[in-house]
Amino acid sequence: MGIWVNKETKVIVQGITGTTARYHTMQMLEYGTKIVAGVSPNKKITTVEGVPVFSSMKNAVKETGATVSIIYVPAAFAADAIIEAVDAEMEIVICITEHIPVLDMVRVKHYIKDKRTRLIGPNCPGIITSGDCKIGIMPGHIHKRGNIGIVSRSGTLTYEAVSVVSKAGLGQSTAVGIGGDSINGTNFIDVLEAFNKDEDTHAVILIGEIGGSEEEKAAQWIKANMKKPVVGFIGGKTAPEGKRMGHAGAIVSGGIGTAESKIRIMKSNGIRMANTISDLVPILQETL
Amino acid sequence: MNIHEYQAKKILREYGVNILNGEYISSIDEVEKKVRNIESEFAVIKAQIHAGGRGKAGGVKLVKSVTEALAISKELFGKKLITKQTGIEGTLVRQLYIEEACDIDKEFYLSMVLERNSGKVAFVFSLEGGMDIEKVAEKYPEKIFTLTIDPTLGIMDYQKREVIEFFELPIESQKDMCITLDGIYKCYLEKDCHMIEINPLVLTKDKELVALDVKMGFDDNALYKHPEIEKLRDIFEENPKEVKAAEFGLAYIALDGSIGCMVNGAGLAMATMDSIKYAGGNPANFLDVGGSATAKNVSNAFRIILSDTKVKGIFVNIFGGIMKCDTIAKGIVEATETIKPNVPIVVRLEGTNEDEGKEILKSSELNIYTADSMDLGSKLIVNLSKTGRY
Repeated sequence: MGIWVNKETKVIVQGITGTTARYHTMQMLEYGTKIVAGVSPNKKITTVEGVPVFSSMKNAVKETGATVSIIYVPAAFAADAIIEAVDAEMEIVICITEHIPVLDMVRVKHYIKDKRTRLIGPNCPGIITSGDCKIGIMPGHIHKRGNIGIVSRSGTLTYEAVSVVSKAGLGQSTAVGIGGDSINGTNFIDVLEAFNKDEDTHAVILIGEIGGSEEEKAAQWIKANMKKPVVGFIGGKTAPEGKRMGHAGAIVSGGIGTAESKIRIMKSNGIRMANTISDLVPILQETL
Repeated sequence: MNIHEYQAKKILREYGVNILNGEYISSIDEVEKKVRNIESEFAVIKAQIHAGGRGKAGGVKLVKSVTEALAISKELFGKKLITKQTGIEGTLVRQLYIEEACDIDKEFYLSMVLERNSGKVAFVFSLEGGMDIEKVAEKYPEKIFTLTIDPTLGIMDYQKREVIEFFELPIESQKDMCITLDGIYKCYLEKDCHMIEINPLVLTKDKELVALDVKMGFDDNALYKHPEIEKLRDIFEENPKEVKAAEFGLAYIALDGSIGCMVNGAGLAMATMDSIKYAGGNPANFLDVGGSATAKNVSNAFRIILSDTKVKGIFVNIFGGIMKCDTIAKGIVEATETIKPNVPIVVRLEGTNEDEGKEILKSSELNIYTADSMDLGSKLIVNLSKTGRY
């Protein structure tokens, strides 16, 4: 089962005519995802990989009844694409786009707060329910159906975690990348809440990194609410203060957001922490 | 991207914030002429470097005459200022700013930043002007006041009254405060700032509110909207290797250790640095080659890593999802053949076409080691670089 997306989920690709979007549309279709429409202002292209292309989200939704969209449009137009998807009443919008100006996201975040749409990302790899539905840019073949839920701020680190879990014969229910920006839609707690209710998820891996205090908040929530074991990992222990480590949100400033303090708070809230990615598996096996 | 104090002051003046009269000095020849434009009895000469802590390092001096101004300027031009933010190498002073002096009654702190928790922009005020806000937060948290701004409403009048009350401002300075708050908020939004910091914001004996020192940083992702800001970039203030890497489209950050690393993805790059440390070594850099590294990217990355003479070994850690391992392996072979690094190289390839990639490395007959996981790779490179046998 997994969370939020499954075999029946109908998906629209926003910005489908771009090179990256075309490639991933093909990959997602191969994985079995129901990509039912694309949206692009380019009116000359009517289909991509056999998927019909519409001029607007409104038209695409009207014709297909899709409930989820994924965004590949360039950073300068991404905020507009997110709002368009929200106004088209998508249940979930996944924004892959990186380098969106942060003040654009301040406005987006404010606009969507009372709306029904869940935003995942931006600057994220997407969401995948193993074997059923892949909406994102992650390599599908490393995922294996199983009972470990994964939530992470980093793309490639998610793949690392997925890979060690698959190799250990455990497999994943759903893996969600919430993105590496300072302001994002879905946070750790939203995903943990869903995993908590999901019958297919028996344990959760939470991968955080330096910057902000989302991991700390998640740790407190876990202690109070989580019924399933959570194993954690934090990246950036060796990152210097005041430097942005690739991700816009990965920055320690004013002593806030260090790996040490995150690990300390997570441990003090009963979360077992792995020193390395490969340590995640033995710890998981002990908890299950 | 950060800019100099004199540049930030020029921008804030356009937004109505009180700035003292000052002159930018680019060379010693200009000093005399520029000093004569300053009308006050005293003036302050300030070294223009991006790093904070200039005052304590001797980069800010009060002068009383043209002769004194010349002497101080001579001393500052070409001096290496070592502050707590520059590191031990210090930063070369290449430009100065001379500003009128004023009679200070009280010193405050004001900044505007993004508040990650609320996803909104916020003002931070402190009663301890001149002191680092982090220190105040630690020692006297009660002396800090934060004001979160609603993106649709902007600053409300009651919020301005709260600030005036917090600072206990006299009636003559209250209007100034309102103009300052409006100006900073407007500037922050219009210029896509990442941070505006006025420390100190002073109340003069004449009850004027003046921004005595200003720091301003911008959102790199929004610079495309502001070519006029991009022009203010001073690449001499940035790490030359980081500037070069940015030209190549690589995210690179120089660190102090001796193990260079090249990784795809920011999160994995951080975890790789941690893993090197865990294996007993120290990372020389953070380097994310991005999601679609080509052979050219790899050689550029190698060149940048190796331009750091501290580097005693390179660890390439790739999780090929979208990026195919055979493509990256070809890139590594090409780069190694042309650059001929005289340090050990360990490559860990996993993911799409991993076997083909490993085969390419093996059949190249180059001295490239392979590892089956990130942790094993870290151990191997640390070991090889320590023993020097490879």
